[in-house]
Amino acid sequence: MSESLLASAAAGTDTPVPAAPGARPFWRRLRAQRAALVAAVVVALLVLVALGAPLLTALEGQDPTTYHPSLVDSARGGVPVGPLGGVSGDHWLGLEPQTGRDLFARLVYGARVSLGVALAATVVQTSLGVLVGAAAALGSRWVDQVLSRLTDIIVALPLMIMSLALLAIVPSSFPRPLLVTLVIGFIGWGNLAKIVRAQTLTLKGLDHVSAARLSGWGTWHVARRELLPGLAAPVLTYAALLVPMNISAEAALSFLGVGVKPPIPSWGQMLTAANVWYQAAPQYLLLPAGALFVTVLALTVLGDGVRTALDPRAGSRLRVGTGRKEGSA
Amino acid sequence: MNGISGFAGFALRRALATVVTLLAVSVIVYVVFYVTPGNVAQITCGPRCSPAQVQQVAEQLHLNDPLYVRYGHFLQGIVAGQDYSTGTSVAHCPAPCLGLSYQSDQQVTELILTKLPVSLSLVLGAMVLWLLLGVGTGVLSAWRRGRLSERVLTAITLAGTATPVFVIGLVLMIVVCGELELLPFPQYVALTDDPEQWAWNLLLPWLSLALIEAAAFARLTRAAMLETLAEDHIRTFRAYGVTERAVIGRHALRGALAPVIALNANNVGSAVGGAVLTETLFGLPGIGQELVHAVHVVDLPVVVGMVLVIGFFVVLANAVADVLYAVADRRVVLA
Repeated sequence: MSESLLASAAAGTDTPVPAAPGARPFWRRLRAQRAALVAAVVVALLVLVALGAPLLTALEGQDPTTYHPSLVDSARGGVPVGPLGGVSGDHWLGLEPQTGRDLFARLVYGARVSLGVALAATVVQTSLGVLVGAAAALGSRWVDQVLSRLTDIIVALPLMIMSLALLAIVPSSFPRPLLVTLVIGFIGWGNLAKIVRAQTLTLKGLDHVSAARLSGWGTWHVARRELLPGLAAPVLTYAALLVPMNISAEAALSFLGVGVKPPIPSWGQMLTAANVWYQAAPQYLLLPAGALFVTVLALTVLGDGVRTALDPRAGSRLRVGTGRKEGSA
Repeated sequence: MNGISGFAGFALRRALATVVTLLAVSVIVYVVFYVTPGNVAQITCGPRCSPAQVQQVAEQLHLNDPLYVRYGHFLQGIVAGQDYSTGTSVAHCPAPCLGLSYQSDQQVTELILTKLPVSLSLVLGAMVLWLLLGVGTGVLSAWRRGRLSERVLTAITLAGTATPVFVIGLVLMIVVCGELELLPFPQYVALTDDPEQWAWNLLLPWLSLALIEAAAFARLTRAAMLETLAEDHIRTFRAYGVTERAVIGRHALRGALAPVIALNANNVGSAVGGAVLTETLFGLPGIGQELVHAVHVVDLPVVVGMVLVIGFFVVLANAVADVLYAVADRRVVLA
């Protein structure tokens, strides 16, 4: 099933073969899932917020780094003055305790860091995974051995532990968001490489690929024209699931104090700081926690939707598979 | 048949591969951390050290030797132990020696051994919980498929997969310890001191870690069971009048066994990462908290030692799971 699916995609035909995941059927299948549609809208909004962060904060008339010492009550340890942690027409979501920085501005700029780091890290992971996986499958036996062992080792190293440790040894002069991106990107590609290698090996045995090779095309040409289209579905599926994982990873590292450092705002960092303020300024804790939850949830649902849209069998199995269905004869 | 010898051969090959992987991991970790752009001697000595003092520290820590020589020493320490001169006296560090902390001169192996019970208590306890919760939820939602209760369970598990562990931990701690005051803020009590207090204090950390991990198991168990339920032999069982309970509980669950084992091994890495966050959040004095501390003060021997020990556990878990998987798979084939 999935082989025919991949084969027809690889041949570049857009004919309505039931399993062909051309661009148009893909979008139709994705739109047909209500949850995925809602998630896509939420993700689009989040991206807009992240891109438009300077605009939104200009609209509010604040910025994420200015201290407002006059708006926090230093006698009570720095609790924001005013109701609900300092919510007002000037500060839409209130103020950060102690520093008095604007929470709305920090939250929307935090979205920039969160989404930017996660997406960029996904690009790094996907590129490395596809390169290493395809090279292992297409290269000589020796190349395959070396790359596969390397992949095993990368998979064996826990992402959190390695990034935590790696982030410690790089001098603080290196731009932090870029560093977090690179560290997550260079550690998290192992599983994708394994998937790409397996898929490439399957594709290599298909008729149209053999035909292309026998007609004398070079490895590079075969890889680009005959194999890459067939890899699109599994790679896209896995990459879509990597994005929410990377969001969590960035937030976790910043939470531990080794990720994005102040004054650049990040949701994980806000949570660490908010830990002790939950009674005096609950929204300081709830806002980044809620933002993280909504973002990761929306991206996860969207990722599931992408998988279902690319592999219709998965959808029917997960949703309608009641056990009383006719066998797949 | 040659089933046993084939299996023994498989286990042996797997053990060899594990050793090779561990060696490679140690080389990579060592090289990555000791070819650092940061100046370790300066950091260890402190900001007010004179160049001569920094040079002396570098000498003492063997930072001027070629890297392969230092790695050789490091390996030798693990296999055979090592003697360290600390200026006036000579300290013996027995095998497996992972070096001395730059900060406290404490032996890294000793440090890890004092922290290990906390981390093992956390991860193993949480593992029991996430397997029970996850597989239980998965079975329940496969059994109640298509009904309202299944949709509610699916929504809860989805929310679980989407919540970072430190968010759920924070919320649990604030609600349970802060607002409702049902439990005191967790403080680690050793199992050998007081088993009851040990469990009470670890309850929230266990829950935080397990709730997140359980979600993945619930989804996997459900998917695997639904797949099995769609197979022909299940239809045959049903036709023969096997009760639904037996079909679900015995036959469909067996289909989920192997994937659950595989996921559990794969998840050890992420669970250890989650454990670092949980320990930091709840202030549990385990390996994770110590690692975060060592990272902040650039105590390289501690960082390298801990990463290696954690890597060792992850690789070991994967190897054990591979063997278990083969056992589970074989039974499926034989059945």
